[in-house]
Amino acid sequence: MSKLARFLKPYGKQIALVVVLLVAQAIANLYLPDLNAEIINNGIAQGDVDYILRTGGLMVGVTLVLGIVSVVAVYFGAKTAMAFGRDVRSAVFRAVEGFSAAELNRFGTASLITRNTNDVQQVQMLAVMALNIMILAPVMAIGGVVMALRQDVPLSGLLLVVIPLMGVVIGLALSKALPLFRAVQAKTDRINQVVREYLSGVRVIRAFVRTAHEQERFEEANADLTETALRVQRLFATVMPAMMVIFNLTTVAILLFGARRVDAGAMQVGNLMAFLAYMMQILISVMMAVLMFVMVPRAAASAERIVEVLETEPSIRDPQTPAQESEACGFVAFEGVSFRYPGAEHPVLCDVTFSAAPGEVTAIVGSTGSGKSTLINLVPRFYDATEGRVLVDCVDVREMPRERLWAKIGFVPQKAFLFSGTVADNLRFGKPDATDEDLWHALEVAQAREFVEAMPQGLDTPVAQGGVSVSGGQRQRLAIARALVKKPDVYVFDDSFSALDFATDARLRKALRRETRDATVIIVAQRVSTIMDADRIVVLDQGRVVGIGTHAELLETCETYREIVESQLTLEEIA
Amino acid sequence: MSEDKAVTRVDRALAFGSGRPGPGPGRGFGPGGGHFMAAPAAKARDFKGTLKRLGALLKPQAARIALVMVLAAASVALSVAAPKVIGKATNVIFEGVVGKQMPAGVQKSQVVQMLRAKGQDRLADMLSAMDVTPGKGIDFDRLGGILAVVGGLYLLSALFMWGQGYLMAGVSQRVVYDMRRRVDEKLARLPLKYFDDHPRGDILSRVTNDIDNIAQTLQQALTQLVTAVLTIVGVLAMMFSISPVLALISLVTVPLSVVVTMAIAKRSQVQFARQWERIGALNSHVEEMHTGHAIVKVFGRQKQAIERFDELNEQVYDASFKAQFISGIIQPSMNFINKLNYVAICVVGGVRVANGTLTLGDVQAFIQYSQQFTQPIVQTASIANVLQSTVASAERVFELLDEPEETPDPAQPVRLAKVGGRVEFDRVSFRYLPDKPLIEDLSLTVEPGHTVAIVGPTGAGKTTLVNLLMRFYDVDAGAIRIDGVDVRDMARDDLRRLFGMVLQDTWLFGGTIRENIAYGKEGATEEEIVAAAQAAHVDHFVRTLPDGYDTRIDDDAANVSQGERQLLTIARAFLADPQILILDEATSSVDTRTEVLIQRAMARLMKGRTSFVIAHRLSTIRNAETIIVMDNGRIVEQGNHETLMARRGFYHELYTSQFERAYDEAV
Repeated sequence: MSKLARFLKPYGKQIALVVVLLVAQAIANLYLPDLNAEIINNGIAQGDVDYILRTGGLMVGVTLVLGIVSVVAVYFGAKTAMAFGRDVRSAVFRAVEGFSAAELNRFGTASLITRNTNDVQQVQMLAVMALNIMILAPVMAIGGVVMALRQDVPLSGLLLVVIPLMGVVIGLALSKALPLFRAVQAKTDRINQVVREYLSGVRVIRAFVRTAHEQERFEEANADLTETALRVQRLFATVMPAMMVIFNLTTVAILLFGARRVDAGAMQVGNLMAFLAYMMQILISVMMAVLMFVMVPRAAASAERIVEVLETEPSIRDPQTPAQESEACGFVAFEGVSFRYPGAEHPVLCDVTFSAAPGEVTAIVGSTGSGKSTLINLVPRFYDATEGRVLVDCVDVREMPRERLWAKIGFVPQKAFLFSGTVADNLRFGKPDATDEDLWHALEVAQAREFVEAMPQGLDTPVAQGGVSVSGGQRQRLAIARALVKKPDVYVFDDSFSALDFATDARLRKALRRETRDATVIIVAQRVSTIMDADRIVVLDQGRVVGIGTHAELLETCETYREIVESQLTLEEIA
Repeated sequence: MSEDKAVTRVDRALAFGSGRPGPGPGRGFGPGGGHFMAAPAAKARDFKGTLKRLGALLKPQAARIALVMVLAAASVALSVAAPKVIGKATNVIFEGVVGKQMPAGVQKSQVVQMLRAKGQDRLADMLSAMDVTPGKGIDFDRLGGILAVVGGLYLLSALFMWGQGYLMAGVSQRVVYDMRRRVDEKLARLPLKYFDDHPRGDILSRVTNDIDNIAQTLQQALTQLVTAVLTIVGVLAMMFSISPVLALISLVTVPLSVVVTMAIAKRSQVQFARQWERIGALNSHVEEMHTGHAIVKVFGRQKQAIERFDELNEQVYDASFKAQFISGIIQPSMNFINKLNYVAICVVGGVRVANGTLTLGDVQAFIQYSQQFTQPIVQTASIANVLQSTVASAERVFELLDEPEETPDPAQPVRLAKVGGRVEFDRVSFRYLPDKPLIEDLSLTVEPGHTVAIVGPTGAGKTTLVNLLMRFYDVDAGAIRIDGVDVRDMARDDLRRLFGMVLQDTWLFGGTIRENIAYGKEGATEEEIVAAAQAAHVDHFVRTLPDGYDTRIDDDAANVSQGERQLLTIARAFLADPQILILDEATSSVDTRTEVLIQRAMARLMKGRTSFVIAHRLSTIRNAETIIVMDNGRIVEQGNHETLMARRGFYHELYTSQFERAYDEAV
């Protein structure tokens, strides 16, 4: 957690101020019972109304100052803690934006999102506490002890009994409660899982007539959760009265022993009352402090996860001295490219060589795990080749600033991802100044015009989060249109036609061919019909190129290719 | 993550717990404004009605709840009585101190007279009201007795409080358990339409979050409300019994502190609501940018992504800082008002002690009461807030429970003794939405063992037929008959047992592979499971896994590929051994070798069974006895390959656009 402390550095002055204010607050708080004692000793006991009024006025004054001080402390404390949270969040976001696909995969998107949101929230909450109660409580406890000692030393011996007793009760309760809380959470998750599975599989469950079975599963999870939750609640039902008993019996003990001190003339009645007040302040402070520090391990775990992100160096960086921009436009070449994931035994790609020129369609086929997606991920430099080089426009991609590289590429990913916003926002993603005509044209090519026109607000219809729902096929077509609007030199389609039916697929490819006449097109596909008319088909098998050629050539020469074709069309149909 | 939530529960429990009327002075600070940090409470539409229904749920527990109330009342009464008794102890001490200062042997009345003679009327008044024996110090026997009573009161009060909490835990858990069970049973009776129309997350949160919310409130808020109200009444009574004048003074400050708290809380709530809203916006931006990481980069939008993030981040900072700050003002203001009250009591009380109308112990006790007073009032207000969100939750749960259910099965369902597998659609009409006709007047007879291929473009509504066959939806007009029996005359379960289903959406649940295959048939033996796996060509694959049939399938089943999952669902269908099959051939993103296996397994499964196939393969379509062509959710053509080709309609176009061209080029 100390590694996050550097984010507090810019706020050093504010923090120092908060600490001073909190200490002042504690002192004022501790001064009040003292005044109270004086009112009793010198005012009430003597019947001196003037004294009561004078001291009472002082008391109100002190309280007012105390109030102002604590408001100011809260102001700067909250301000600092929230600024700290903001800065950490920003640092994490920037770090993730700098990651390449390798780091992204290592953490996983879901985990990175949690780290950037919940984990930062946790640490921020701790900072809020740290800049208030976690400083105030110990100061109050220590100050309370000092004041109690000033009132009467022997009586303060009670602290030696009460505080450890309270520590034992709280400690016992927490050591029992925390595992129980975890159990309750796990069991709640279990119920969630059973319901989620029911909801997603309701057709199958009903088709297989297994509703009763599912209900049994739920019943089991429900009973299990109830039993544990009951234990937690009963534990709480015990802890609160126990704390009350400790507090209240302490009061009784102080009066009992204090009376003897008063009788012996070692103490005044007012001081006994003040002592009582200090004692309570100490106990409350200790309780608060213990409970606050329960938060620390949780926040520490979050902090660790944040630091992990911050300390990860992106594996791909822009070149120090970029190569000069070449005149060439839209050439892509792989020269003896091999790729191996860090730590993996076998390379995903091995010695891949081919080149693609403008106006050509190059298709990559192969079975799952043959390295198709990895191969095209090397073009926009999501990964770097471990051996060999990938050239775009005759320049090694590693010698180009990535912004320049990316400007040349239109990428359509396997999972068509749309951002929240309107259809138009999504289409303009790569080219903010595209006109509506450009957008409609791209939609037409992508075979998406019809359904966008049918949408309630056409181009201005919101999609993705909170928008109208679009089917998988529609989403793919919008992602394709998005790439088309950009008018890049190189198109990369990563299995982006899979959710389309044959007819739409065919129409789209036909229109696409016209549209991408001057561009280099690289397509990864599972379906043979999608790539049959490509200028060049690269067949991959376990990371190696086992054939390059046209459909007709490969049918003759490439065993693997024939196998793929056969699996999709029956033999008589090919022959 | 689980720990986070766990500790949140601690926090929440403590925020509630800290509101208990405590002992004596010096309750200086607490987790200020804890209640106001909760996410904004949703409002219920019918607050009263829902509250009533919620109350009805508690009825079976009425006896226990009554006992809880009695215990709570007893606990409060005892703890309210204690400060008054402590006041007596203070008096004993004070009197002892005064007594000691006087010479032994004289009478109290003599001392009073002496004082009056010296003109010290005040002291004389005070003394005459006291039970003092001159020369004698503190009466420890009496003090011990009083303190023993105090200790007893506190112990008993704690004991009752414990009993009350213990019982209430049982009550609330029982109610919530029952509620969860009812909701689950309800889910089983809801028509499929409900699941199609409602987002999964929404249903899920009704079953889990909303019920959790109710559980928390039942456990904590309910007894706290009772305790708080009783405390207010008890404390007020004690205060008036000690001194009506002082009580009136205190009563003035109470509304003041309530008004101040409410005014600040209202403002801070606005900020908290804003904070949650902005955090939501920020989080969804983060989620989008991280999920679409590659796209953001390739499309050159990184700079904008960061700019937008900074903007949202700044907004979160602004709102959360303000929310924190404003709610932080509550505690100091309360303290201030409290202290004003305190000084007022000291002044007036001091005068009254001085003229002998009050004892020091009474003032001491009164101070304690006055400090116990505001806490439960503020607490009641915040519980009202909690209650509101709880009733909103309850309303959402009741809404689910009130949803119309599937029409019940016939009282005397027809059971088919021997199933041939003849399926007949007789002038069937169906629509999901009243104004959007889907299937109009469809008639179709499928002989046992025949195959029906359903073809059409993406999103043509090919699953509608499946929905009708399985009676996930009922036809609007006409009838579907199996072996001459209207499906509506059968029990749904009996009907569904006739079918086997292999869908593209391969549903596997968290469990072992064995359990997932065995899902097809209750009480399946190991041999049957293995035989089914072999028939589905998945036995070999399963045995290559380190744990074989005991391999657990994860939530997202990352360890089993899409194709392999499909094979497992085929094995499941083999094991169920149904007369009629519903298959979905779509196998995008499955590699070639698995694809071949799936194809073979499906062909084998279809042999001798009536099959409805959502077809993507040329061979399936051409071999089918009947082809149903769908477009825009409607059946546009029906017939076999030859007749449909001869008609030169939609099928002809579809076929030539995709299959024939593939065929021609392949040659």
